[in-house]
Amino acid sequence: MERPLTGHIKTGAPPLNFKEYIKAGGYNGTIKALKEMSPSEVTTQVKSSNLLGRGGAGFPTGVKWSLIPMNLERNYPKYLVCNADEMEPGTFKDRFLLEGNPHQLIAGMIIAAFAIQAQTAYIFLRWAYKKAERELRKAISEAYREGFLGKNILGTGFNLDIHVHTSAGRYICGEETALLNALEGKRGIPRTKPPFPATSGLFGKPTVVNNVETLSWISHIVEKGADWFKGLSLTGTGGTKLYGVSGRVKRPGLWELPLGVTMGEIINEHAGGMHDGYAFRGVLPGGASTDFLVEEHLDVMMDFSTVAAAGSRLGTGTMIVLDDRTCPVAFLQNVEKFYALESCGWCTPCREGLPWVEKMLSAIEDGKGKMEYLDILKFHTSYMGPGHTFCAHAPGAAEPLQSGLRFFHDDFKRHIEEKKCPWK
Amino acid sequence: MLTEEEKKEILEEAELYPYPAAACIDALKIVQKHRGWVSDESVGDIAEILRMSEDEVDGVATFYSRIYRRPVGRNVILICDSISCMIMGYKTLYKYISEKLEISFGETTSDGRFTLLPVSCLGDCDNAPAMMINDDHYNNLTVEKIDELLDKYK
Repeated sequence: MERPLTGHIKTGAPPLNFKEYIKAGGYNGTIKALKEMSPSEVTTQVKSSNLLGRGGAGFPTGVKWSLIPMNLERNYPKYLVCNADEMEPGTFKDRFLLEGNPHQLIAGMIIAAFAIQAQTAYIFLRWAYKKAERELRKAISEAYREGFLGKNILGTGFNLDIHVHTSAGRYICGEETALLNALEGKRGIPRTKPPFPATSGLFGKPTVVNNVETLSWISHIVEKGADWFKGLSLTGTGGTKLYGVSGRVKRPGLWELPLGVTMGEIINEHAGGMHDGYAFRGVLPGGASTDFLVEEHLDVMMDFSTVAAAGSRLGTGTMIVLDDRTCPVAFLQNVEKFYALESCGWCTPCREGLPWVEKMLSAIEDGKGKMEYLDILKFHTSYMGPGHTFCAHAPGAAEPLQSGLRFFHDDFKRHIEEKKCPWK
Repeated sequence: MLTEEEKKEILEEAELYPYPAAACIDALKIVQKHRGWVSDESVGDIAEILRMSEDEVDGVATFYSRIYRRPVGRNVILICDSISCMIMGYKTLYKYISEKLEISFGETTSDGRFTLLPVSCLGDCDNAPAMMINDDHYNNLTVEKIDELLDKYK
């Protein structure tokens, strides 16, 4: 089985340096794109590979690039931004790629910037990722030294600078327009769309924002082609995926597997199943902003469309497992508290709704809940849902709650009837 | 007043953006790196060097959770309180550290050695529970490891 993204990553060992990575063929795609292809040919190839964005939303990467205006004069500023602000609870995949193979990301960023003809790129990096920052800065300076960044890259006349921006916290900065505001030195509040970043993004200029895992794919796709990429997945969507599992499983961790392996295989085989003395009750399949799935869904293929058909989202592909010794109400209270704290406060349903939801869950957990709270919570999940809020923050918070209320209704009821948390 | 070193670092960052105000977050982080936190006076100094109003700078400073607008201890302990760490028992860690240092979340020990704060997911979910002390990550934590760990930070 091919593991293009993680094949060069050895846990515990430092990442490959420039010389080692180029010897391993890691920059082949970059050289090919810059020397043999036109920007539009690169975009067309990425489009035909059907690479779907790995940050959680699954938007086709090539389509995103093709929205960038290309009929402008050569020096018109455009920007490429790498979203490395990984912060959704339960998500730890980009960190692995950043720390383990920074040159893979740089190789992809050079191609992406070439495709949209951007001369400046920023990596918007989570503040907590100190090791990733050190490795990235080291790799970037190597790439400059070797003529892969800076002026006239590989003698092609293409120029590119990559800057690392370390953030200062707040989950909302992972939302692409909030990220752009944060990168401009402002409060990280999402922007109205339209205009979309492709026409008016960073500093008001055409901008592409792509996730770390997405950009790490680019040089592989350019080198080996769209058909190769499609053949990697079990579902035809294309590619492998970094899947992770945390919670009370035997071997929590991260694995690169073909897109479309089943949830059960990931949890029971790769993560080794539940830890002794713990039973499986449910899982958030793609980070804290995705709907719960339960036992009956273990045979669901972990691909964008199949997880959606089962009533949740693939999201980031990093799962959080709920076991029978963790109270589902306390679980949800924890998740909703995160969302309440991280709301940027811009729009009312999110700013007011999330703390309300969190207080109500706390009351139920503390044995002070009433049955009518369940209807109020349900009501909130729909009014914080898509279409009612400025961005996807509150709708994301609503997902685990709406499904949790359904799957764990009896547990909620017990809290209310017994006036205490049965787990305490 | 900003030191020459702080000014130099801030202006270097400002060079990476089309206009100085875009380096506001970098400037706040630079000041905090040297002083531990960002005082009202520093907010004013940053406003001046980046040609912004003080309120603008403060608006940015108060938005971001990793910018401290109040003094913190010499060492800042950040305990992850997000879901994977909750499942794996961060509350036990918190209770132990809190009792040992006699402080709760948001407080600083009377000798100014430690400030204790909660933090959202550190991306260490497969090695939960996790925490940071200053810039250092620690994971797979148990109560037994805490004493030795804290001893490293004076």
